[in-house]
Amino acid sequence: MIGAGINRIDGPLKVTGRAVYSYERQDAGQPFYGFIRGAAIGKGKIAAIDTAEAESAPGVRLVLTHRNAPKQGAFVNKPTIFDRPHPQLTTDRIEYFGEPVAFVVADTFEQARAAAALVNLTYGREDGAFDLANHADQAEPQATLSIGLPGETRFGDLEAAMSAGPVTIDQTYTTPYHFSQPMEPHACLADWRDDHLTVYLATQTVAQNRIALAETLGLAADQVTVDAAFVGGGFGSKLYLHAEAVLAALAARKLANPVKVALTRRQVFTLTGHRPEMIHRVRLAATLDGQLTGLGHDVNLQAAVAEPWIEQAATVARSLYAAPNRLTRHSITNLDLKAAEAVRGPGELPGLLAFETAMDELAYALDIDPVELRLKNDTAIDPELGVPLNGRRLADCLREGAKRFGWDRRPKTPGSRREGDHLVGYGMAAGIRMHFQGPTGAIVRIEPDGRVIVRSDTPDIGTGTYTIAAQIAAESLGIGVDQVTVQLAHSDFPPSAGAGGSWGASNLSIALDRACQQIRNRIAEAAGLGATPNDILADVGRWFPEGVEATGQTIGQADDPNFKNYSQNTYGAAFAEVAVDIATGEVRLRRMTGVFAAGRIVNAKTARSQLMGGMIWGVSSALHEAAHVDPRYGNWVNGDLAEYLMPVHADIPAIETVLLDDYDEHANHLGIKGVGELGVCGTGAAVSNAVFNATGIRVRDFPITLSKLLSGLPPMRTAA
Amino acid sequence: MKAFTYERPASAAEAAAAAVRIPGAKFIAGGTNLLDLMKLQIETPTHLVDVNSIGFDRIEPTDQGGLRIGALVRNTDLAADPRIRRDYGVLSRAIVSGASGQLRNKATTAGNLLQRTRCPYFYDTDMACNKRTPGSGCAAIGGLNANHAILGASEACIATHPSDMAVAMRALDASVETVAPSGASRSIPIADLHCLPGNTPHVETVLEPGELITAVTLPKPRGGLQLYRKVRERASYAFATVSVALIAKIEEGRLTVDRLAFGGLAHKPWRVEQAEHAVAGAVADSIADVVLSGARPTEQNSYKLPLVRRTLAATLEHARAGASR
Ligand SMILES: Cc1cc2nc3c(=O)[nH]c(=O)nc-3n(C[C@H](O)[C@H](O)[C@H](O)COP(=O)(O)OP(=O)(O)OC[C@H]3O[C@@H](n4cnc5c(N)ncnc54)[C@H](O)[C@@H]3O)c2cc1C
Ligand code: SF4
Repeated sequence: MIGAGINRIDGPLKVTGRAVYSYERQDAGQPFYGFIRGAAIGKGKIAAIDTAEAESAPGVRLVLTHRNAPKQGAFVNKPTIFDRPHPQLTTDRIEYFGEPVAFVVADTFEQARAAAALVNLTYGREDGAFDLANHADQAEPQATLSIGLPGETRFGDLEAAMSAGPVTIDQTYTTPYHFSQPMEPHACLADWRDDHLTVYLATQTVAQNRIALAETLGLAADQVTVDAAFVGGGFGSKLYLHAEAVLAALAARKLANPVKVALTRRQVFTLTGHRPEMIHRVRLAATLDGQLTGLGHDVNLQAAVAEPWIEQAATVARSLYAAPNRLTRHSITNLDLKAAEAVRGPGELPGLLAFETAMDELAYALDIDPVELRLKNDTAIDPELGVPLNGRRLADCLREGAKRFGWDRRPKTPGSRREGDHLVGYGMAAGIRMHFQGPTGAIVRIEPDGRVIVRSDTPDIGTGTYTIAAQIAAESLGIGVDQVTVQLAHSDFPPSAGAGGSWGASNLSIALDRACQQIRNRIAEAAGLGATPNDILADVGRWFPEGVEATGQTIGQADDPNFKNYSQNTYGAAFAEVAVDIATGEVRLRRMTGVFAAGRIVNAKTARSQLMGGMIWGVSSALHEAAHVDPRYGNWVNGDLAEYLMPVHADIPAIETVLLDDYDEHANHLGIKGVGELGVCGTGAAVSNAVFNATGIRVRDFPITLSKLLSGLPPMRTAA
Repeated sequence: MKAFTYERPASAAEAAAAAVRIPGAKFIAGGTNLLDLMKLQIETPTHLVDVNSIGFDRIEPTDQGGLRIGALVRNTDLAADPRIRRDYGVLSRAIVSGASGQLRNKATTAGNLLQRTRCPYFYDTDMACNKRTPGSGCAAIGGLNANHAILGASEACIATHPSDMAVAMRALDASVETVAPSGASRSIPIADLHCLPGNTPHVETVLEPGELITAVTLPKPRGGLQLYRKVRERASYAFATVSVALIAKIEEGRLTVDRLAFGGLAHKPWRVEQAEHAVAGAVADSIADVVLSGARPTEQNSYKLPLVRRTLAATLEHARAGASR
């Protein structure tokens, strides 16, 4: 059962519209609708606010501003991040463009939106710092990253290695702001009754957001219920508690009526989190035969004073290649923008985009095959932690990918292959992604009539968690998938570490399997057998007239010896072919192969979807995606999906996704590791390197848009 | 969105009359542009006159040997019409290069011509924009303007017209037929339909209040090789960075430019008649010199100058290759 590429068990619900998402829940009766009005300045204060017109608009029930918003728990910068309280409308200060300044509740969505525009605001605008490049000199080094790793690691003497050479690369790369932009916008339906708050919330972390909400509202955690039965994508942006949930809850309490809020697409840009812009400096030193003697990665990233998010972008090389002299560092530059957050593949996506492009520069400088260069610097021992790299199959990924892709047919000289109107190039890159483990519980219950119910607060954000939970339980109990009922993402269920960081599936699977094993043992005991009976469900009612249940727990990685004795990662290699229009510089992907090693795969189909989606995300980071801030005002300029470009179907030809399926015994007893974000790791650099191979032009400022290539393309026959 | 009233008249005359009866009324056809703008309160009509039941949904031959395209003909149907594909290939190609299949199914001929700019500051009601709020200033000037106009812009506005279809119609010398609330009808050459921004960027066309577009007529087929090349940052569903509509002919064994119009460069489809027949032998650089004379790019969009040259050269190459095939 584990490994089978079965269809999603909730698929029929989704395609028939019966999977009910937060904003569509009817459980609470007729709700009011809330709409958030955002600030029109990036920094300063509200000089005057007049709500009279909005209050008398048709259907309006409530207008909240900083003047009448209920007192809330103060923000606390807890290291656990997703359980931080997030009070709203607390002051007249404005810290980022679009910050909520008023919240209007009305009978219909349209009334609330129209009335929100009637709130009259006068601002006291102050000069702000809105662009990274011009404030990069204010960067502050960071000792610790948001995920707890050291901000700086240093081994040997990189400077010395750089001056010894003989071949070195020292380049600067910039990666832009990115947004997750899940299909389902951030939404919340809040229902307040009998001193108890129930929120139907689009979230990736049920237990954590419950605490965050309780602390914001001054409630005990058990006064808050969070239900996130269906979530339409998250990609990191729904890990955190955002304004819509807090405002819906405040208004529901005040009005004694359910209130629901969904962000508009433009508000998903202003009111959720972005991946920070980064300036990377990558240094590499190597011998003439391609042995790395030194590697360095410095990252300076945008942050906000209020809530620093220090993305682990310069960690990507720490476990990737051997080299005696190493230096990786992070610093932040505080700007007057919203706090950055985790966006799919935090750390790895921008980090590998820069680092693996630099590796390609080194291969070119050395005149060594880029695959060869990576193989040469492969290592079985983590070069910084000194422990074995379990499941290290980087070399297998590289070799298998090269073979499938036909890497031997690559143009050896950049800019040398022309096909019709196009310059054609091949590129490749390696990928690595840290594997994490977080405390997660699951409960399995078998009813006397043999029904099997599995519960955990881990949400299924569209990745297939319902399905793999059923697969794990079915395998552990020796029953069919269709005999398992999975219930997820409710705060009454055992708490988990949430769905994010590519750890939901492995965390949940381990806990679930343990619960199932306990049940098997109890049944065996009750039946007086040495082993579990073959048909485990047949006689449950006889031995357990009340049914039987057991909970299983996955421990956090800090307490798990596997994470001390081994350096836990997943691996990949990506190969891409691009065609660049010789006249216009338009870059189009022609084909791509990704080979990945991520431990044992629970569901071949959903894992493949994750990896393929991740690869497309990688293409996007190389060629398309960037959110732009106007340095004068601090607003997101291209704040809609017509202008924030990402690939559409026509941009993505056939993509080959290969999983080197293997049981990783050092990960956990099931041999499972995370898959969700591995597809974004290194795939962007494969595309970036293919563009260089096609054109001979190296673009270090991502994404690679046509205007950056134009001046380097061969001259056209523009005369007679 | 502001509350509005709605009606659906059954004839063009009624529609035109309805649009002036209530101040602040607007026509709605496919709604693919207008509704988006209403949700953002960039457009705030008090009353919508839905023109989907007035007829004018057919393509018919004219006495002059051309075609009359009803204002309500959907972009999908227009692009797929066998007569258009055979005799006006540049139009069909331009339309299918725009938007997406779903949008083209809804979008109408008139609505496409009258769609508004995609300038991101126009779309952000927290930003100064002379087009949205006359006199408020132009945030795009001095802001992010990599895809703004390089030709025909003004100190008040540097926005471009986003339509692909209109560029092809400009190359084809189409005329726009209208009916006014008074019942009077007129025909406007497409060259005159759209205005340059000048000091009044909010005035985008010469249409009078309540004047309804009923049809677009195409003159009799010009023949020749008809190409539309749209340059953009992704393969589909993106507006043009630069686009070229070309009708080329072979005369005495040499390629000549019969018609040439550009998108993505100005506040209206851009055609420079002197750049057409005058330049013998279709020399890309000489043509581009004429087209780009007077260009005033910003720092961020100056790449459009070489891009125009190169795209034109490549399109002419294609025409040559097509002609010799
Ligand atoms: C995401 C996105 C991508 C797009 N990409 C492209 C692209 O690449 N290229 C491109 O060319 N277009 C593109 N479009 C725009 C699309 O082509 C237009 O939205 C569409 O053509 C408008 O037609 P409509 O009938 O829906 O107009 P509506 O939205 O109904 O109306 C538009 C305007 O025309 C007026 N109007 C409508 N009919 C009449 C009439 N008969 N007489 C007088 N006034 C009238 C309306 O009052 C309104 O002001 C895109 C749109 C979107 C949303
Ligand atoms: S360019 Fe025109 S549309 Fe854009 S902000 Fe300026 S005035 Fe408005």
